[in-house]
Amino acid sequence: MYVPPSLPVKAVLNNDAPIAVSLSGLRLERGGRVVLDGLDLSVAEGSITAVIGPSGSGKSTLLAALTGELQPAAGQVSVFGAPLPPPGRGLLSLRKRIGVLLQGNGLLTDLTAGENVALPLETHTALPRQIVDVLVGMKLHAVGLGQAAGLYPRELSGGMARRVALARALALDPPLMIYDEPLTGLDPIASGVIMSLIARLNRTLGLTSIIVTHHVRETLPIADHAVMIADGRIVFDGTPAELERSRDPLVRQFLDGDPDGPIAFDGTSRSAA
Amino acid sequence: MNAFVRAVGRGGLFALAVLRASRPTPGFLAELVREIYKIGARSLPIIAVGGAFVGLSVILLGYRALDTYGASGQVSVMLGLGLYRELAPVLTALLFIGRAGSSIAAELGLMRATDQITALGLMAIDPVAKVVAPRFWAAVICVPLLTAFFISFAILAGWFEAVHVIGLDDGTFWQAMKDAVDLGDDFLGAFLKAGVFGAIAALVAAHVGFHSEPTIEGTSVATTRAVVNASLLVLMFNFVLSALMFR
Repeated sequence: MYVPPSLPVKAVLNNDAPIAVSLSGLRLERGGRVVLDGLDLSVAEGSITAVIGPSGSGKSTLLAALTGELQPAAGQVSVFGAPLPPPGRGLLSLRKRIGVLLQGNGLLTDLTAGENVALPLETHTALPRQIVDVLVGMKLHAVGLGQAAGLYPRELSGGMARRVALARALALDPPLMIYDEPLTGLDPIASGVIMSLIARLNRTLGLTSIIVTHHVRETLPIADHAVMIADGRIVFDGTPAELERSRDPLVRQFLDGDPDGPIAFDGTSRSAA
Repeated sequence: MNAFVRAVGRGGLFALAVLRASRPTPGFLAELVREIYKIGARSLPIIAVGGAFVGLSVILLGYRALDTYGASGQVSVMLGLGLYRELAPVLTALLFIGRAGSSIAAELGLMRATDQITALGLMAIDPVAKVVAPRFWAAVICVPLLTAFFISFAILAGWFEAVHVIGLDDGTFWQAMKDAVDLGDDFLGAFLKAGVFGAIAALVAAHVGFHSEPTIEGTSVATTRAVVNASLLVLMFNFVLSALMFR
């Protein structure tokens, strides 16, 4: 069931919407090297935010900070109004409210699709078996895979596996969804299916979504908010329409796919004189 | 030296994390049974074959040495004590490491490389409790049982060779062994050793697999390291345990 990617999903972005995620003065380091610095960002509840940027710009590092895997070297990440707790019980209970779709799916290969989706429900709820089965069926149905519960991940195509992982990320009905490169390795049709699913789920379930990706063309149409990372900082923060109109050479080069420009081909930045 | 101390510390903390994460929930028990089948039951053939050949070799060696002094009747004593005290727990553990330790390390390494361990953490599921603890306890349960199988097959093969090939007296073979092997010191000692070795094998294999680099190369390095480190540790611990247990 293919749904065309251009759905009327634009939640009106108003400045009074409560903030789901905010970064303030965030500095992130990996192995003593500063990857991102001076990040300030607010993500409104109910919105779809596209975080775009070239490979190696620190998108994955930002994602690790959002899920609490990486502790900030300076500054703060707040989720639903409270600062991200340090590793421990607090962080674990917060993670039940954040669904993450990983680039590599991370499906457990010795469990079927249905068992994968059931895993968070069995671990974090005391629901009886029958209810869990019903919920798993609903989640798989929501991603268009109602018949795939008994299949193992190796029997699924790339797009199907991505959708099973999406169903699993949604299992506990998290109010915040984070997508890490959701389109990597998918053909155009599967990409369209995933993007329309993300948009539809965001709207029907009232989620807040953050999509970290370099697939600009597929992502911007469903996004309400676009953020571009390059050079270890945020170089653009605004609506997708404003992004398209931007004259910033960094933004232009990335959007137009120009080999010449301030971003060097190997991903490390040249100083834009 | 510094790196060695750090590695030991990390291993110790990992062992503590595994023990802390072990809770007998229904999910854990189901996983435990599956692992016991995977790493225990499916190791039986190599343990049986390995044990039988060790039994044959010990009888051959013992008969030639003891026959010189006219003490060939005591060959079953050598077989029994040798197996229970040293050979069976150590060789079973080494075979187990080659068969199951390598697969534990490779499995966990691949789970790391394919984001499965990260995904568990992001779902607020402790990956140590989910994937490491069942394998650890399966090894602690299986290695003593496999050791018992090893001993049974070794004694059976040794008996066949001694009595039916060499022609020693059947009654003397069993009686001498029964008189020499002590239930507490030797028989239960073998199980104690085997349990310790199972714990060592699983902990080392799981530790290197769990913390491997998330690449294909990382997985292969982890597998090698699991076999080498676990085997050496088993041999070292065997000496220490023997020195403490058999005076």
